[in-house]
Amino acid sequence: MLVLILISSFLSPYFLKFQNLVNILRQVSYTGIIALGMTFVIIGGGIDLSVGSMTAFVGAVVVLLMNSLNTVIENEVIVIIIGIATGIMVGTLVGAFNGFMITKGKIAPFIVTLGSMAIFRSLTLYIGNAGEIRSSNILYGEFGMESFMRIPVPVWVMLILAAVLNLVLNNTRYGRYICAVGSNQNVARFSAINVSFVRFFSYTLNGILVALSSILLASRFNAVSTSNMGLGFELDVIAAVIVGGTTLTGGRGTVWGTICGAVMLGVINNMMNMVGVSPYLQGTVKGIVILGAVYIQRQKQ
Amino acid sequence: MENYILKVENICKSFSTVEVLHSLSFNVRYGEILGIIGENGAGKSTMMKILTGIYLKSSGDIIFEEQKIDLKKPVDAKKIGLSIIPQEFNLIKDLTVCDNIFLGSELRKNRLLDKELMKKKTKEMLKVLEVDISPDEKIENLSGAEKQMVEISKALAFKSKILIMDEPTSVLTINEIKILFRLMKKLQKEGLTIIYISHKLKEVKEICDRVMILRDGYFVTEKKIDEITLEQMAESMVGRELSQVFPKKNKPSDEIIFDVKGLTVPGVIENISFALRKGEVLGLGGLVGAGRTEVSEAIMGLRPVSEGEIMVKNRLVSIKKPADAIKAEIGYLSEDRQGSGIITSFSVIHNITLVSLPSYSNNTVNWIDQNAELESGKKYQKLFNLKAPSLKTHLEFLSGGNQQKVSMAKTLDTKPDVLILDEPTRGIDVSSKQEIYRFINSLVREGISCIFISSEMEELIGMCNRVVVMQDGKVTGILEDKDINEEEIMFYATGIREGGN
Ligand SMILES: Nc1ncnc2c1ncn2[C@@H]1O[C@H](COP(=O)(O)OP(=O)(O)OP(=O)(O)O)[C@@H](O)[C@H]1O
Ligand SMILES: [Mg+2]
Repeated sequence: MLVLILISSFLSPYFLKFQNLVNILRQVSYTGIIALGMTFVIIGGGIDLSVGSMTAFVGAVVVLLMNSLNTVIENEVIVIIIGIATGIMVGTLVGAFNGFMITKGKIAPFIVTLGSMAIFRSLTLYIGNAGEIRSSNILYGEFGMESFMRIPVPVWVMLILAAVLNLVLNNTRYGRYICAVGSNQNVARFSAINVSFVRFFSYTLNGILVALSSILLASRFNAVSTSNMGLGFELDVIAAVIVGGTTLTGGRGTVWGTICGAVMLGVINNMMNMVGVSPYLQGTVKGIVILGAVYIQRQKQ
Repeated sequence: MENYILKVENICKSFSTVEVLHSLSFNVRYGEILGIIGENGAGKSTMMKILTGIYLKSSGDIIFEEQKIDLKKPVDAKKIGLSIIPQEFNLIKDLTVCDNIFLGSELRKNRLLDKELMKKKTKEMLKVLEVDISPDEKIENLSGAEKQMVEISKALAFKSKILIMDEPTSVLTINEIKILFRLMKKLQKEGLTIIYISHKLKEVKEICDRVMILRDGYFVTEKKIDEITLEQMAESMVGRELSQVFPKKNKPSDEIIFDVKGLTVPGVIENISFALRKGEVLGLGGLVGAGRTEVSEAIMGLRPVSEGEIMVKNRLVSIKKPADAIKAEIGYLSEDRQGSGIITSFSVIHNITLVSLPSYSNNTVNWIDQNAELESGKKYQKLFNLKAPSLKTHLEFLSGGNQQKVSMAKTLDTKPDVLILDEPTRGIDVSSKQEIYRFINSLVREGISCIFISSEMEELIGMCNRVVVMQDGKVTGILEDKDINEEEIMFYATGIREGGN
């Protein structure tokens, strides 16, 4: 990580400018927030491919709801609050749906979330007529661009969530249980841990975090593009988690590692843009970095 | 000069900075059975893993058939004829018995797998070992002993020159052990050299030609087997005199604390009934496959029970899942340490508190009191003389016996009223065994009751107030005090006699 920052600042003097750093953080914050949830899912031995579609779905529902509420309720603040609350609820339900199918339906996580990835993208396209849904709530758009102490709101959200979830993972019963379930499901079952619930909850938590990310992302553009929003998020998110040191087989991982992973990928992106690497090649570079990071971790073990 | 098949010279091994083998040297003769004994964590398994290319040595030489060899990975060892039956099962649970036995050395015909031949060979091998399992059975459906037999077949499937057996009998009962020993003698006659590691000193005395003793990574002594007594073996292992093995049995009260009536799991156990009194140690005896583990799993809610009821302190309890059993204050130590007992990627402390975690996090946000956890960890470390670099060390880095101690601590930490211990001393050295016997004894004196499953006759005889003997999933007899002896248990276990008491 340090090496990366050094190289970056060497390659481009602009890199270390405060504005640029803030920009990177803002860019990674949306996928970063989701990656926090994904960390729990992956530690628990699962995977969630549907996060991108879920992001779009929640965003579409929120914006559509607020648009229709705007015509009845005068106060924009109230509309936003209702919108956000509903968004979080939808995210929770969608995540719970994944968790339910996986634990009660006993279908492999990969399959379930592959299915819901298709389902929620298609539902989003349907409710938004496959176009862009613009929000008529001006305040909502402003809140997404807001900064606090010169740091953008989504970055704050990401950092605060990371701090909280870090405690959850390391200091609470749930955190211990999710690691146990991911390490050895059979031992967990013999140890009187409610394996189904622990796994179910990780998907639900992931849903909530997707909702938060989606609300922030939609407010940044004050619109939702049904076909583009959240597209490819699952890859960025999973990459951040893996680069951050969480093992795909489950059992171990850290919250701050994931944040580092997300920021690292963001820095690489930023650097490639500044140095002028062809956008078509950027995927290759990213892929190599991911493989390299995982390889180094393997060697350490 | 004598002819040695294997010479080990000045082997040192360190893990990170800790040296666990200190310049170890020994020789193995052609065609002998060499026993290696030593306390938990003495370095027996580590030495064997070096001989089979699983670990790399830090320094020293290995000379095999007059040639210096350099083992880099397990295949190297296999190629020259060194194979091992590891201490921990190394089987893939989703594959069949046959697939596991031939894993990595599949037989081929015209470049395709020759499934028929492999199956036939598997059947033959299992027949020699007198185990009744189908080659198509999945590993996950096997009991510990059956897995062990598969592990043995797997090692025998390769023609090797030296076979290393790391505690092969820890989950086997008398009968299988007899079969195994017969087989070992036969292989020895055919020219195989065997290195045999065990904590069961009697077996070592019976089967080995020579015994070597290790302590804390040092070579202590080496003796012809008839030049050393069991006591001497035990004493040179621990480096001090050992007292009486079994503590005096506690006299249980008449109050019945735990009562099982007509417990049935279709196709596995049938109509199991017994009662456990307060302060009693009740043994479950029988041969492999008798259904003892299955009974405990049924009690713990790990198997679907079709009929039967369980009363705890005269109250009917319904146990559908392990959490229900824990709530009813039943504690359970599983026989399959790595499969269902401990999490190897968790630290010692985290393993100990895995089941009892709610009592360390009894608040609204389920915040874990890590200081209290640490205190418990220290308590058990002292109690069981646990050898670990630190309480934060992951269990995968502990020796087998020390892992077992952690597993035991985990079971006890829920402070149960009824303890079900399935092979509690599996892989534990003599002196720690004593500690565990004493500890169980002190628990029952405090009024805890214990169901004690063991394949070791001596333990059943030395520890239990009564012994329930099972065969084929049924109770064939219940033995009391004076009647508990080897012959009686065997009579009922083999079904020669039925009914008693
Ligand atoms: N992979 C490892 N990393 C670090 N330390 C290890 C590792 N494997 C073993 N050790 C340490 O080496 C020492 C010897 O372990 P070993 O497994 O050889 O003991 P053992 O004699 O086989 O004991 P047991 O009778 O309990 O099986 C122990 O103190 C153990 O903690
Ligand atoms: Mg060992």
